[in-house]
Amino acid sequence: MTSYPEWWKLVFGRFTFEALPLHEPILVATFAVVVLGGLALLVLITRMKAWGYLWNEWFTSVDHKKIGIMYMILGVIMLLRGFADALMMRGQQAIAFAGSEGYLPPHHYDQIFTAHGVIMIFFVAMPFVTGLMNFVVPLQIGARDVAFPFLNNFSFWMTVGGAVLVMASLFIGEFAKTGWLAYPPLSGAAYSPGVGMDYYLWALQIAGVGTTLSGVNLVATIIKMRAPGMDMMKMPVFTWTSLCTNVLIVATFPILAATLALLTLDRYVGTNFFTNDLGGNPMMYVNLIWIWGHPEVYILILPAFGIFSEVASTFCGKRLFGYASMVYATVVITILSYLVWLHHFFTMGSGASVNSFFGITTMIISIPTGAKIFNWLFTMYRGRIRFELPMMWLIAFMLTFVIGGMTGVMLAVPPADFVLHNSLFLVAHFHNVIIGGVVFGIFAGIAYWFPKAFGFKLDPFWGKLSFWFWVVGFYVAFMPLYVLGLMGVTRRLNRFEDPSLQIWFVIAAIGAVLILFGILCFLIQIAVSIIHRDALRDTTGDPWDGRTLEWSTSSPPPDYNFAFTPVIHDHDSWSDMKKRGYQRPLAGFRPIHMPRNTGAGVVIAGFATLCGFALIWHVWWLAALTFVGAVASVITHSFNYDRDFHIPAETVLREEDSRSKLLARA
Amino acid sequence: MLGGCQMVLLAPSGDVAVQQRNLLLTSTALMLLIIVPVMALTVFFAWRYRASANATYDPDWHHSLPLEVVIWAVPLLIIIVIGAITWMATHLLDPYRPLGRISAAKPAAAARMSENAPPQGPLVIQVVALDWKWLFLYPEQGIASLNEVVAPVDQPIEFRITSSTVMNSLFIPALAGQIYAMPGMQTKLNAVINHPGDFEGFSANYSGAGFSDMRFRFRGVDRQGFEAWTRATREKGGPLGREEYLVLERPSEREPTRQFRDVAPDLFQAILNMCVDRAKMCARDMMAMDARGGGGKEGISTVMALEYDKSIRRGGQPIPPRSFVTAICTPADVYGTAGLTARVAN
Repeated sequence: MTSYPEWWKLVFGRFTFEALPLHEPILVATFAVVVLGGLALLVLITRMKAWGYLWNEWFTSVDHKKIGIMYMILGVIMLLRGFADALMMRGQQAIAFAGSEGYLPPHHYDQIFTAHGVIMIFFVAMPFVTGLMNFVVPLQIGARDVAFPFLNNFSFWMTVGGAVLVMASLFIGEFAKTGWLAYPPLSGAAYSPGVGMDYYLWALQIAGVGTTLSGVNLVATIIKMRAPGMDMMKMPVFTWTSLCTNVLIVATFPILAATLALLTLDRYVGTNFFTNDLGGNPMMYVNLIWIWGHPEVYILILPAFGIFSEVASTFCGKRLFGYASMVYATVVITILSYLVWLHHFFTMGSGASVNSFFGITTMIISIPTGAKIFNWLFTMYRGRIRFELPMMWLIAFMLTFVIGGMTGVMLAVPPADFVLHNSLFLVAHFHNVIIGGVVFGIFAGIAYWFPKAFGFKLDPFWGKLSFWFWVVGFYVAFMPLYVLGLMGVTRRLNRFEDPSLQIWFVIAAIGAVLILFGILCFLIQIAVSIIHRDALRDTTGDPWDGRTLEWSTSSPPPDYNFAFTPVIHDHDSWSDMKKRGYQRPLAGFRPIHMPRNTGAGVVIAGFATLCGFALIWHVWWLAALTFVGAVASVITHSFNYDRDFHIPAETVLREEDSRSKLLARA
Repeated sequence: MLGGCQMVLLAPSGDVAVQQRNLLLTSTALMLLIIVPVMALTVFFAWRYRASANATYDPDWHHSLPLEVVIWAVPLLIIIVIGAITWMATHLLDPYRPLGRISAAKPAAAARMSENAPPQGPLVIQVVALDWKWLFLYPEQGIASLNEVVAPVDQPIEFRITSSTVMNSLFIPALAGQIYAMPGMQTKLNAVINHPGDFEGFSANYSGAGFSDMRFRFRGVDRQGFEAWTRATREKGGPLGREEYLVLERPSEREPTRQFRDVAPDLFQAILNMCVDRAKMCARDMMAMDARGGGGKEGISTVMALEYDKSIRRGGQPIPPRSFVTAICTPADVYGTAGLTARVAN
């Protein structure tokens, strides 16, 4: 190891050239690909002279639709990274038998499973869900934007900042080797002294700020900005589930922030909240992280339930069965999700009464969830089902999710959990509900709302191919893990001794490859659809015979969403309007008041990310500088009074006229 | 197809694990009562009401009180049943609770009276999860064993479990469910093995680089076999005092099975209180001082010096001397010198 002079530490903190993973061929190759791809992209953007367009129309945009789309793009990019981790893990576990060490030493493998969990939850599922809510909710409630448009842009860039830090850890230093929830004492300074844990802490802390603020934003939007006539019990179900999800975000993400802050203090200034000695108590961390962690899974699944509700009623051509019970079920799940966190650690030695309390509350959640399944089921009853892609995802979800629900109740019985806890059965269970529920829901949502966002449908052939690869791949990849769990195999193992297990891991790896094809087909689907966009074009704005307000406007919607704020009389308002013979207003437009784009979000989030990076590497001068920079830009932005403008009535008239022409042609 | 592989959770050899298996099967069966019809109806409705079938179409049918009562009540009933079973089973199979029976056929009291019965009470085994190996102490026998644990068939075992550095989880699937091993804390597990044999045990909670090899053997043997094993260990094992433990505690992987005799009687309590090194203050003493009001600001410097030396124990570099607050300035003592002088005086 080269020794570095004293000034080096002052300027570069903990950074040394040994921190660059030049000895890891996998990482060097990945780095080369990322750099080449990145350079190609930069050159392309420059040659197309697209920088100004990207900056003015997208990066600084406060339009909820564009921010929603940017969240989705972030989710897709991070999905590729998170899935690459999954493939590497499956590959390692499939070959590390009979004395073979596989190709990933623990140092690398442990980072991979940690990164996989962190990325998939925080930087794939969350951006996808937030993106869909951002895009759809204001349209569904007849609003022109969210309540705090600038905050929305800022939230997005904070999420990006967290993702950038996680990606940076791949090439500069390392990531945490602690598992995705980083239990102390393992994650404390004594047992994880490197930068990996600090990457984890600051990435989640920065992204968490974005998530919390976006939660505040959407709650305010749904409460305050619904179109006249849309009382709470006339809101579309997706809006309802979004409301509950964002209430959960607002109530739980501060717990995550506080927990991570305490661990950060332990690591940086030597406090003893979660250490073994001097009065620290790691069990406190485990409780706190799951008080956030359990509601988090409902934060992800509730919007998926909402998507499926919209899909069910649209493609069955029928009102959703049991709207009121669907709403109550959602609210009950929201409340109960706070009362179950201990089921993640029955094995910690709580008394039997505590364990059974949390076991039974967990089972109770399956009642409203079961009611929801029945509601979708009876929505199909006496419907006229069109098997478009979103509907296919719904059926696959209903068949898959009930299996995950069943294994979930098995895990909720404490004595049964004692044998299943931390096993591959558990891993299979949560992938069963997250892939079978959240991921299927997101794909259904993408297929369903894509024509609204871009004005053309997604190519059905590649979509169906992707669907079958995903669904079959899921079963091939995760059913063996259930079996392995029952064989007593625990998670996070790097290598195995018992050769009879190998076949199951090989099957699981084949499943992962099938899912890879599913992801590739999805990307091809997007590309093919863009190429054939004229053939797939939808000029009506209502390609599925939709039932909610987002389908009443054009595709893509104009900046102002609705020329006149609609008035609501019933739920499934657009369906109701169509039935009543609604006439689109063609004249009498007035100027529309809209928020102005601003670069402040990019700047502040940029400072925050840099500050996080400096703190990770103990570059104190840079941390101080960027912190001051972030605060100064917040203050500066608060003196910016040029925040809004009016879209002139003539522009509105022109937009609406062009839509009239399109509709006439259709 | 599934019969070919050993699903240890479905065919365990210890009574606790057998009861846990039965619970798994019962709850699964109860849930299948509702899952199977739902899956069948999903497929049936999807096929029956496909657009091309021209089946009955009733776009305005979206509510039915009787149906809604059923779809809430049926899951509720099933959960009431599973919930009641859960409440009872959780209390009966509480790992802290002494066993009520040896196996389905033998209640604990009857077993005690039969002729080849265990003397009295359970066999106590103290377990320490080390980086990355398992140490089993037999306080009554005065012996210890690394990466192997031996127990007589049909005698209740009481595991008292702790860890030296980070969290682990003691899991012997054939014997009973797992429980966490946590540093500075003790958890308990009561279990019994009903069939002789060699079974696999391991850590079920990720604990760092050597986690994958943190495996041990659990051997169920008959009473004579157990006596023979303890005798052999007393004769052949190496000594295990505090000094030997401090060496053993250092991180290592894939340690071969080893036996120890002359185990220091207070070793487990010292491990639990993180004061095997006599220069360290025991956690219980520290807590006793705190309970009496603590050492005050002046005491900080003493206590910090007695901090558990984690970094050495995992073989890393020693922790650099840490700075800490010894004095707080007040209006009366602007430079905060009171605490400083106290420290210098020490």
